[in-house]
Amino acid sequence: MDFEQLWSPVMARILPKKDVVIIGLGWTGAVMAQELTDEGLDVIAIERGPWRDAPTDFPPSQMQDELRYRVRHELFLRPDQLTFTFRNKVDQQALPIRNWGAFMPPNGVGGGGVHWNAEMWRFLPSDFVLKTHLTQRYGADFLPSDMTIQDWGITYDELEPHYDRFEYLCGTSGTAGNLRGKIMEGGNPFEGPRSRDYPTKAQPQPFSHTLFGKAARELGYKPFPQPSGNLSTAYTNPLGLRMGPCTYCGFCEWFGCSNYSKASPQTTILPVLVRKSNFTARDNSEVVKINTDRSGKHATGVTFVDSSGEAWEQPADLVILSAFSLFNAQLMLHSGIGQPYDPATGEGRIGRNFTHQTTSSVNGFFDHTKFNFNPFIGSGSIGMCIDEFNGDNFDHGPHGFVGGGYVGQVQTGARPIESALTPPGTPKWGTGWKNAVRDNYLSTVKPGTGVHGSFYAYRDIYLDLDPLYKDRFSRPLMRMTIDIKENEAKQNRFLTDKFAEIIKAMGAASLAKTYRTAPYDSTTYQTTHLNGGVIMGADPKTSAVNRYLQSWDVSNLFVLGASAFPQNAGYNPTLTVGALAYWAADAIRNQYLTKPGPLVDA
Amino acid sequence: MRRRKKLDVFAGAAALFVAMACGKVTASAGEVNAQDFTTVDGGRYLSILSDCASCHTIPQKNQPFAGGRPIETPFGNIVAPNITPDMDTGIGSWTDDQFDNAVRKGIGRNGERLYPAMPYNAYTKLAREDVVAIRAYLNTVTAVYNPVVASTLPFPFNIRTAMWVWDILYFKQGEYAFDSHQSAEWNRGAFLVDGPAHCGACHTPKTFLGGDKTSLYLQGAQLQGWSAPNITNDLRTGLGGWSVDDIAAYLKTGHNRITGATGPMAEAVDLSTSKMTDDDVKAIATYLKSLPGQGTAPAPVSSTAPEMRAGGAIYRDQCSACHGLGGKGVDRLFPAVANSSLARADDPTSVIRIVLRGARSVSTAKEPTAAGMPSYGWQLNDFQVAAVLTYIRNSWGNASPAVSPDEVTRLRNSLAKRTD
Repeated sequence: MDFEQLWSPVMARILPKKDVVIIGLGWTGAVMAQELTDEGLDVIAIERGPWRDAPTDFPPSQMQDELRYRVRHELFLRPDQLTFTFRNKVDQQALPIRNWGAFMPPNGVGGGGVHWNAEMWRFLPSDFVLKTHLTQRYGADFLPSDMTIQDWGITYDELEPHYDRFEYLCGTSGTAGNLRGKIMEGGNPFEGPRSRDYPTKAQPQPFSHTLFGKAARELGYKPFPQPSGNLSTAYTNPLGLRMGPCTYCGFCEWFGCSNYSKASPQTTILPVLVRKSNFTARDNSEVVKINTDRSGKHATGVTFVDSSGEAWEQPADLVILSAFSLFNAQLMLHSGIGQPYDPATGEGRIGRNFTHQTTSSVNGFFDHTKFNFNPFIGSGSIGMCIDEFNGDNFDHGPHGFVGGGYVGQVQTGARPIESALTPPGTPKWGTGWKNAVRDNYLSTVKPGTGVHGSFYAYRDIYLDLDPLYKDRFSRPLMRMTIDIKENEAKQNRFLTDKFAEIIKAMGAASLAKTYRTAPYDSTTYQTTHLNGGVIMGADPKTSAVNRYLQSWDVSNLFVLGASAFPQNAGYNPTLTVGALAYWAADAIRNQYLTKPGPLVDA
Repeated sequence: MRRRKKLDVFAGAAALFVAMACGKVTASAGEVNAQDFTTVDGGRYLSILSDCASCHTIPQKNQPFAGGRPIETPFGNIVAPNITPDMDTGIGSWTDDQFDNAVRKGIGRNGERLYPAMPYNAYTKLAREDVVAIRAYLNTVTAVYNPVVASTLPFPFNIRTAMWVWDILYFKQGEYAFDSHQSAEWNRGAFLVDGPAHCGACHTPKTFLGGDKTSLYLQGAQLQGWSAPNITNDLRTGLGGWSVDDIAAYLKTGHNRITGATGPMAEAVDLSTSKMTDDDVKAIATYLKSLPGQGTAPAPVSSTAPEMRAGGAIYRDQCSACHGLGGKGVDRLFPAVANSSLARADDPTSVIRIVLRGARSVSTAKEPTAAGMPSYGWQLNDFQVAAVLTYIRNSWGNASPAVSPDEVTRLRNSLAKRTD
């Protein structure tokens, strides 16, 4: 089908108008659908992928299949449906990504909320006022000249009630570190003040994680259990949905959970949502454009294509764009909403401040006659972490970089295909290799992304439309231009070395240390924490959406998700994504619906 | 932004008006005021107690009471008729007497005998004014033109006069008789169980002609590829381990600390019991708890028997993640198999089916989670299914007959032909 014909009135059949159309039924789409149907609005969610139901689509009887889900990417988007082109630098020719590597675009109902590990981190208060904070502390000259970090336009305190809501929706297991300003023993002393304790106590930690905590404490750090959306105990969430305790099956990230232990739209929202008569969902239907009226300032609905290749127009009064961050940016570009960002001039709204995460790891090999970690005992966000080197929790002055991250033993299992690790110097094949695999499987610490660093924004790291490659609808593919900058490389080297010291102090006989270095590699997995492109902010010149995630250009369009992050902090993004969804929903319910129009004057 | 409007209220009122207009023409002369709110609303509640919607509505079709749903019986499918007030294809032109005869006596509009898939042997406990109230309510629903061919049974069951014999054997006409030795609550429960809620239709075993085996009243029966459990107060296979509150919670929310409703009971909870008043579900519970158990106690299968050892290993690998090593499950999420009377039932049909095909528990307003049990039929062979069930039925103090691989094979073969 020719893309140009998709929104012509002749081609797309027009469906009855709805109050709200939601594009993408993942975490943020589900949160918003729940909130707006509670408001009494008639809501339709349109999802590109299939419906996914926990006990039928990923039952515990078949989910523990590393080849099927990890290696063959069963839950993820197929690149032949949609992909991106990639390059490191603006003067390079970008090429299409034909097999996912650095990140895994989710697909289907539940989105990334199905396959995630369920780490539930809050960002630091200073992360939300990053530019102001760093400039005040270190001076503007301390920042690299091409760094384009910004303040978010909201504060931690404004977002706190919404962090709390998402934590309680998910049943989050953790140990509070800062309860209403009081520092609590055993929690993260660097976190912002929380208004109440976690809904459930922290998960018990397996041996290697406990040993990491002990070693870190002895080195003078304050380790704490990673906050987790895999629950330590049975829990009933505020919607009345019941969750069960995690069984430490070790198949979490890349896999769905039908033990009702991992927080997902399936376990925390959808069973309530599908009971509502004012909610409708269409799966296997890809939204290809947000339609606007002639003024270009008012969205009239969306056009989508179903699995038969038929195009449909769904009119609506309010459009919620809640796809994965990259697809949010892509749909904005394809819909012509907001001026595309141009790195040459630094002007434009859509595509700017594209970021990822700066991760690395250190594997520790221990004496197998003394250590047996039973590493297959794992839970998605199990882990002991320290936060001494995150954000601006330490003085960056002597180090010559900004940013940071948490580090921790966050090993989530030891699935056989990926966990045949051997110490440095082991033969690559043959008897020596086999013996080393046998000897080390139970005694190796493999923290995965044990170093979880921030990724700040730069003038020439951005998203735009590729001039050459097209998708199945003849639309331009979106082009990613991304690299590891010196600041992030320095930050990573510093964090990785600090992390390695702790692994060493645990008693490791040898270490395999891998730094994150330039160039950015699109072929090896880092995280799926891609951010920015449709960023929030106080200034319409340098942001695409205002502090309520409302488009500066089209006031009846809200864009949810990590696409709103002006830059990425040293944490996993989902809790902040969920909190922002509640924050935006609150603004729609209490401000927008009573007086539709821009909530912030441009 | 347009807020959602309660348009359905107006649509309902319009339908009411039209239906009333029809009713005026055809209803028999006025012993009951069919336009009286108290009558109509009472009829609505009686229709919930009687679960009329279950048989007379095709699920998900959004045409309440328009009929057309095939009701599976051991003799073949019987299609439930249209009971909307449509003049041509529904009951719009029936007199109250004709309606009452059908509901309480099993006699059709033209004098033909109804099949007892219509539980007139239970509805006969209702009073005439109850039935007329149901009629008054049905007159208010949207009339749907939907001709239904009800007679689909093969010879010889297609000879409706034969039902005359059935009625002599199994049908005892008569309204509920109050038992003055029992409390009002007990009497209400007995009336509901034996009358409108027609619990015995599924839970009382049937003779080869489909009549109740009254000596085995509510002790469990087979239907539609499931075994409905014993709901007397029997400790091992019935409700003996359940409190009145457990039963009430199960009926009202579909879930309690022990188990969750699935299979045909999930639909009964969804359409009927979850919409009953708290007093009524409690009355049902009180009555069921008064029914004496049978007290049979087979010797447990030895824990060293090969199938017990295999079953224990399978249980640990496949079942314990949700149901727990101790079989206690998770409250209102994963059933406690250790003290499940369904798991201990003499007839293991339902538990074999649940393991082979999986099952979905019911979603209700109070318990919306609707957790599901995955299918293991693709993964466990018939010996393994039998072994793990034998293990569950004979562990944690349980003692019930071993499940044989042959039973699993038979059910697997028959389930292969089922679409539900």
